Amino acid sequence: MKTLYLLVPLAPLAGAILAGLFGRALGRAGAHTVTILGVLVSFLASCWIFADVLEGNTFNGTVYTWLTSGGVTLEIGFLIDRLSALMMVVVTFVSLMVHVYTIGYMAEDPGYQRFFSYISLFTFSMLMLVMANNFLQLFFGWEAVGLVSYLLIGFWYTRPTAIHANLKAFLVNRVGDFGFILGIALVLAYFGSLDYAQVFAEAPALAAPVTLICLALFVGAMGKSAQFPLHVWLPDSMEGPTPISALIHAATMVTAGIFMVARMAPLYELSATARSVVLVIGGITALFMGLVALTQYDIKRVVAYSTLSQLGYMTVALGASAYSAAIFHLMTHAFFKAVLFLGAGSVIIALHHEQDMRRMGGLKAAMPVTYWTFLLGAISSAGIPGFAGFFSKDAIIEAARHATIPGAGFAYLCVLACVFVTAAYTFRMVFMAFHGAPRYDAHRPPHESPAVVTVPLVLLAIPSVLAGWLVGRFLPVDSAWDFVVHGLVSLPFWLALAGIAAAAILYRRPSSLPKRIAMRLGPLYAVVERKYGFDELYAWLFGAGARVLGTGLWKAGDQTFIDGLMVNGSARVVGWFSGIVRLAQTGILNTYAFLMLFGILAGVTWVIWRFWS
Amino acid sequence: MSLAQLLSHLRALPEMVLLAGACALMLVDLASKSETRRLSYLFAQGVLLIAFCATLFVLSESEGKRYYIFYGLFVSDLLSHVLKLFAFITVSAVLVYARPYLHERGLLKGEFLTLLLFALLGILVMISANSFLSLYLGLELLTLCLYALVALNRDSAASTEAAMKYFVLGALASGLLLYGMSMIYGATGSLLFTDIGPQTAALAASSSSMRTLLVFGLVFVVAGIAFKLGAVPFHMWIPDVYHGASTAVTLVIGTAPKLAAFAMALRLLVNGLPALAVDWQQMLVVLAVLSMALGNLAAIAQSNLKRMLAYSTISHMGFMLLGLLSGVVGGNRLNAVDAYGAAMFYTAVYVLMSLGAFGVLLLASRQGAECERLEDMKGMNRRDPWLAFLMLLMMFSLAGIPPMAGFYAKFAVISAVVQAGQLWLAVAAVAFSLVGAFYYLRVVKLMYFDDPAGVAVPAGGGSARWLLSVNGLALLALGLLPQGLMALCQAAIRSL
Repeated sequence: MKTLYLLVPLAPLAGAILAGLFGRALGRAGAHTVTILGVLVSFLASCWIFADVLEGNTFNGTVYTWLTSGGVTLEIGFLIDRLSALMMVVVTFVSLMVHVYTIGYMAEDPGYQRFFSYISLFTFSMLMLVMANNFLQLFFGWEAVGLVSYLLIGFWYTRPTAIHANLKAFLVNRVGDFGFILGIALVLAYFGSLDYAQVFAEAPALAAPVTLICLALFVGAMGKSAQFPLHVWLPDSMEGPTPISALIHAATMVTAGIFMVARMAPLYELSATARSVVLVIGGITALFMGLVALTQYDIKRVVAYSTLSQLGYMTVALGASAYSAAIFHLMTHAFFKAVLFLGAGSVIIALHHEQDMRRMGGLKAAMPVTYWTFLLGAISSAGIPGFAGFFSKDAIIEAARHATIPGAGFAYLCVLACVFVTAAYTFRMVFMAFHGAPRYDAHRPPHESPAVVTVPLVLLAIPSVLAGWLVGRFLPVDSAWDFVVHGLVSLPFWLALAGIAAAAILYRRPSSLPKRIAMRLGPLYAVVERKYGFDELYAWLFGAGARVLGTGLWKAGDQTFIDGLMVNGSARVVGWFSGIVRLAQTGILNTYAFLMLFGILAGVTWVIWRFWS
Repeated sequence: MSLAQLLSHLRALPEMVLLAGACALMLVDLASKSETRRLSYLFAQGVLLIAFCATLFVLSESEGKRYYIFYGLFVSDLLSHVLKLFAFITVSAVLVYARPYLHERGLLKGEFLTLLLFALLGILVMISANSFLSLYLGLELLTLCLYALVALNRDSAASTEAAMKYFVLGALASGLLLYGMSMIYGATGSLLFTDIGPQTAALAASSSSMRTLLVFGLVFVVAGIAFKLGAVPFHMWIPDVYHGASTAVTLVIGTAPKLAAFAMALRLLVNGLPALAVDWQQMLVVLAVLSMALGNLAAIAQSNLKRMLAYSTISHMGFMLLGLLSGVVGGNRLNAVDAYGAAMFYTAVYVLMSLGAFGVLLLASRQGAECERLEDMKGMNRRDPWLAFLMLLMMFSLAGIPPMAGFYAKFAVISAVVQAGQLWLAVAAVAFSLVGAFYYLRVVKLMYFDDPAGVAVPAGGGSARWLLSVNGLALLALGLLPQGLMALCQAAIRSL
């Protein structure tokens, strides 16, 4: 079994290395064959492991000890339980679909092999992250997925916007990672171990500042999972190719924060304060980012804001101690969001890289497969009973309702209101892109995407409809059917219907109503449309502030102190020193012999001095 | 002499094989007419292989025990077996790397091969020495061969000058060493380390004048070791000899003899004079700090790669001394296995890095075009990306950048120093390593970011290239999986 565990991360790694280093020799077809094969092997192994885990065979052990230093062992180890096995299946499945989809999406790109190498590398890193049984490996995976995400956002590195976006993602994630590494350092300082099992076992008894640790770790999760106020990087990350948006910035990497908090559940259960913070942050993110999605016209950005909002849901679930519900939503979200993203990508290629929804419309007839899969994803996302999104979302709302810690009421209102918002922006997208009169360039009519694009869409649409019926595996419900029936008479369902109706009224046919509403709301609308001004605030506070600070440091610190004293100073010292050495290294034998005897003399003097005193 | 006694001498089988092989090589070489010396070369490699197997045989047969033969002159323990195995591998690699280079310059003569094998014999004798006498014998055999090797290119003024300097200074150092040995012999009345150990313990406890004599002797012995290692201020020969000798010979001097010097330090100080640890550790502190400081700072100012690597050797030997000086803390040897094991690991890894770095220089040098100045590295990546990548691995490893083996070696030594409570030494070591990183990374910068200067010279191929790849990747592998080699080194130290 251990070999199988090892195979799961190593197969994609092998694919990444082959495609990355020998891409030119392998050619395009060779590159996608090896990487897809690697991920396929990984997926099949994950399924096997998942089935095995469901039978009750979990594993927690070390695979390899890297080094031991000062009583701390740094090792690679796997913790295979239901949580990690499920994550492995989700990650490898979505990754496999995205690999196949990429064949079509990137067909004309010169960086084809590089792209496949990156996404396989990402799959490896993500698997290392979820399979970790210690904080060090978690941190390795955490940073590695961050690195690949950085590389992929800037994949089209000749575009200035892409470079700007990846820099932004990198910097914002630095802030989060700072908190994360601080949390890990605190764990190491107080527990003297980085092993999950040991830390969790000792946590209740030890007088460690659990709240502080949890908050620090959560800062890391806020960065990676793009929670308010560290959410600003995710919408911009849409500069990367669409498969990446689907794989990394929707389905898998951004859920790493959620996964991490769920993994640390034994720690979070010890601190109600930390959970309150998590709850409130999640609520804010869910509602307010959902509102932004209503105002955007770039189809990928709408999906990106919807991702933020859905991540907010998961965070609320974490705060409400409903870890299973969070992971359940993580899974269903991975499926329906991948459908939405890949569907959006399919529309984008069909329209020759047009992303503005105001220049779409009426695509239903031209792209039936894309339309129907997108619609299923949208229904699931809106949370219509029976579809996957409904089960997980409803579970979260219920959990928030029953939570008693401070902030729960606020979070409950947020997620409830967000049901309406979610349905509204999702169907706004459906209606604007696929219904109504065509607004695209009539000279270049769109046509359905090739099979490598549509097959993954269909394959992803199936779980995004059906995955919810697995609810019994996650939550203590009597039967999924009762759950659905109960859902039909509850408030969220009617809110979702109201959202769809609102979107239909406003966007089904061209009308001036949306504009009038925007006018009426005036400044409020402007604030939401400009994403609450966070970009400007950060640009002003950190950008300009840092520039002022930087100029000061540059003038005072760099030019006078570092350049003047340290760099030139040390260069002068080295120059002076090597002058001396050169002086001694005369090439004349006498000098050399003299120096040796001088060394002896110094030694002898030292001995005499020691014995006399 | 009984049969059993006679058979017990078989523990020196590797040395016997090598001696017979080296003598036979002289005869074989007479029959080898071709320019490439194919026959002699293969014969020499064959001798090395047989000696290697002989060592393995002796190792497996000894079952982890220690044996003394030749009336206690010769010790056979795990440490000696492991170091000998390292030495065989190193010299074999040296032969592979040096052969095309020497051949192109018409220097591939039987002398090179024979002298190399005799030098190796000297190394083996030093590694197994348990007496001043055998140690000195091995040392002289080694250095005499090296003098001749440096002068091998007798038409080159630089080479002959370097050989002359090396010879005079070497003679001086060996005189100092002998003088020190004679004083210790005078105080203890014995030449065998196994006897000297207890004797000095008794003398060190007393406050007789004999103790003064012992410590005086120690000063000279340490000077002899420092000369062999090239520690400041006994380092002056290193830059001139490294620079003056042909690169192939520099490769010889810069690799296997370091193993012998390490063994010599261990045998003399740890085996022979453990009671004086407080004294020699303090001397080594001075040597180590001076070596790291001078080696790293002077290397920055060099424009010649061989000279730069010479100064880098000085700094690395200083670093290795840090391990040797942190074994005994406050009179107990609790830290000994960690510290000496780290030093041994460091030496082994250093030899591997040095082999690789000079190997790249040899491979990049072609007929008439030596690759030894910093400018010659410019744009290497464009001429020969794989060779540039291998050099990058070597430089990263020398600079101690993870995940290369050089990092772990430095890490192990520093943690031993910290365990010994010498925090300031650890800080100094890290600071000087930081300085050192500059000139290693400069080479990388030249290779990858500068335009090629002059004519593009195609680098050679063949077995040297393959072995160099193995060498570079081995450094990477050892950095990722250091525990095996470390365990071997620590086991070897335990056998001491």
